[in-house]
Amino acid sequence: MAIFVDENTKVIYQGVTGSQGKYYANLNRAYGTQVVGGTNPKKAGTDVDGIPVFASVAEAVKETGATASCIFIPAAGVRSAVMEAAEGGIEFIVCITEGVPAHDEAWFFNKLQRDYPDVRLLGPNCPGIISPGKCNIGITAGHIAKEAVPGARNVGIVSRSGTLTYQALYELQAQGIGVTTCVGIGGDPVPGTSFIDCLAAFQADPETHAIMMIGEIGGSAEEEAAEFITASVTKPMSAYIAGQTAPAGKKMGHAGAIVSGGKGTAAAKMEALVGAGVKVGANPTEAGELMVEIVKNL
Amino acid sequence: MDLFEYQGKQMFAQYGISVSPGEAVRTVGDAVAAAERVGYPVVVKAQVLVGGRGKAGGVKLAANPDECREHATNILGLDIKGHIVKILWIEHASDISEEYYASFTLDRSAKKYFGMLSAQGGVEIETVAEQDPDAISKIHIDPVDGLTEAQCRDWVLAAKLNASVTDQAVTLLMKLYDAYVQGDTDLAEINPLIVTPDGKVHALDAKVSLDDNAGFRHDWAEFESMQIRDDREQAAHEADLQYVGLDGSVGIIANGAGLAMSTLDVVNQAGGTAANFLDVGGGADAKKFINALTIIDNDPRVRSIFINIFGGITRGEEVANGIIGALAAIDIKSPIVIRLDGTNADEGRAILEPHLGDKLQMAPTMLEAARKAVELASR
Repeated sequence: MAIFVDENTKVIYQGVTGSQGKYYANLNRAYGTQVVGGTNPKKAGTDVDGIPVFASVAEAVKETGATASCIFIPAAGVRSAVMEAAEGGIEFIVCITEGVPAHDEAWFFNKLQRDYPDVRLLGPNCPGIISPGKCNIGITAGHIAKEAVPGARNVGIVSRSGTLTYQALYELQAQGIGVTTCVGIGGDPVPGTSFIDCLAAFQADPETHAIMMIGEIGGSAEEEAAEFITASVTKPMSAYIAGQTAPAGKKMGHAGAIVSGGKGTAAAKMEALVGAGVKVGANPTEAGELMVEIVKNL
Repeated sequence: MDLFEYQGKQMFAQYGISVSPGEAVRTVGDAVAAAERVGYPVVVKAQVLVGGRGKAGGVKLAANPDECREHATNILGLDIKGHIVKILWIEHASDISEEYYASFTLDRSAKKYFGMLSAQGGVEIETVAEQDPDAISKIHIDPVDGLTEAQCRDWVLAAKLNASVTDQAVTLLMKLYDAYVQGDTDLAEINPLIVTPDGKVHALDAKVSLDDNAGFRHDWAEFESMQIRDDREQAAHEADLQYVGLDGSVGIIANGAGLAMSTLDVVNQAGGTAANFLDVGGGADAKKFINALTIIDNDPRVRSIFINIFGGITRGEEVANGIIGALAAIDIKSPIVIRLDGTNADEGRAILEPHLGDKLQMAPTMLEAARKAVELASR
């Protein structure tokens, strides 16, 4: 099984007529994802390489039965795009766009939680999600992810960083280890989906036997995850935290990757995870090796 | 983007928050002229983006032009924790009978706005939090609802400020909340928030950090023009690269913020130190590598360069061609170590192969590349 998305997930692309939206909608479709449409109010009735364009999300959902959307809208339009998706009946919203203002994120996170508690938002500023062999929504290169093998020991991955996620997928693939789902929750201060959301889903997924988690400096999401792991995760885990040598007070590329007031350091996060029984690697390679070892011993 | 005190006060004033009249100057002569207009006594305040200005001698009271000249002369050029003072804020001195603290920021854990208010101001709030945590009145605000006046009043009452200023404090904090939200700030802090002997509530300092992602809906050009960056940070900013200058000797280029951070980590684990953080992003345009390599190679600290690439959708051969194209266009002094992995890494390595030598080396893994780069940097 996979978490959040699978072969039945039907996806529309908000911003499908833009260069990025078109490019990745095509790649996702070529991967085998059910790409059923896109939106652009000015180009309704046309198509992008055979992908029908609708005026609104509500119309696209009505016509196609889409359950997920993928947002490739510029940052200024993300707030209304997220709300349009939720109002239009989408259950799973993936927002790839980076550079969304923190106040917008805080607003639509709380708005969704209140008015659309069943809607899940992934991102913003994330690479998306892939359930290898079933569904790929976003910008992950599908061929570096190995499909979960029925009956074998498979891994679930959750990460705040894009390229480090690819690295993890690649290393597991090289070792012949399958992945049920790989979720990129993104590097912003208010991610729609948290580590805990993903850990809970992986814990409940019978096909996921071990979990790999990639965090980074800033905030306290990893510490909160550690508490959750202690209380509720029985599956073995490995982890890596990026930014062990990052200076305080500087945003390291991601808007949320900042150590401020002595809080959010990699050391504190690693300590919390070790305390929760997670095998923590000093670098991504080591975390991958630890996961290989875990899977071999399962 | 962190604002200087005077910029923060300019912003607060736009939202109707009471601040002292003053002027920002860059020379001693202008300081004295500004003091005449502002009216003595004045406070001469160093404008640097670091705390502890007072202790470092960067904030002085002047009763007359001679004192103003003396203080301005001493403070301009002063090194405060590595920040050289280039700008002074000359403001009319305020009499103080009480000092409070107020701020709004985002509680990333609760995913709500978070306000802190304390009757113990004028000292670091972290110190208050440690020594007397009950002295801080806290409030969580739902971004959808916003802050209501009734909530704000309860919050003020819980902080046990002087009862005579409750109404004024509520009014000022509602304005500070507007500045925090509408101004798209990550932090809006007043410390100290003072009460004057005649009972007026007034912002004596301003600490504001703007959310760079929200720049598209504000005119921040003037704030932006005053940002102090070192030469390499300025060049990276102009080239639109995600860059942070550091003090080590290994220059770093990686694709992706997480990978760039972990590259710093492995360089450290190999016994070296990074000269910078640089995320070159997706794609493999030679122009991007030209910009990134030029900025790094112009940094006198840099003794070797570590290019760490993981191919995803951008394939290994595209990246290799981008790097070779860049190296053909510019002359790089420091030796380069490349680690290329991921999609079509073999094809990419084959393209790099004929160009390898003392100046351009390749390593199969991130750790080996880090060791090699550190070794080259220490030669």
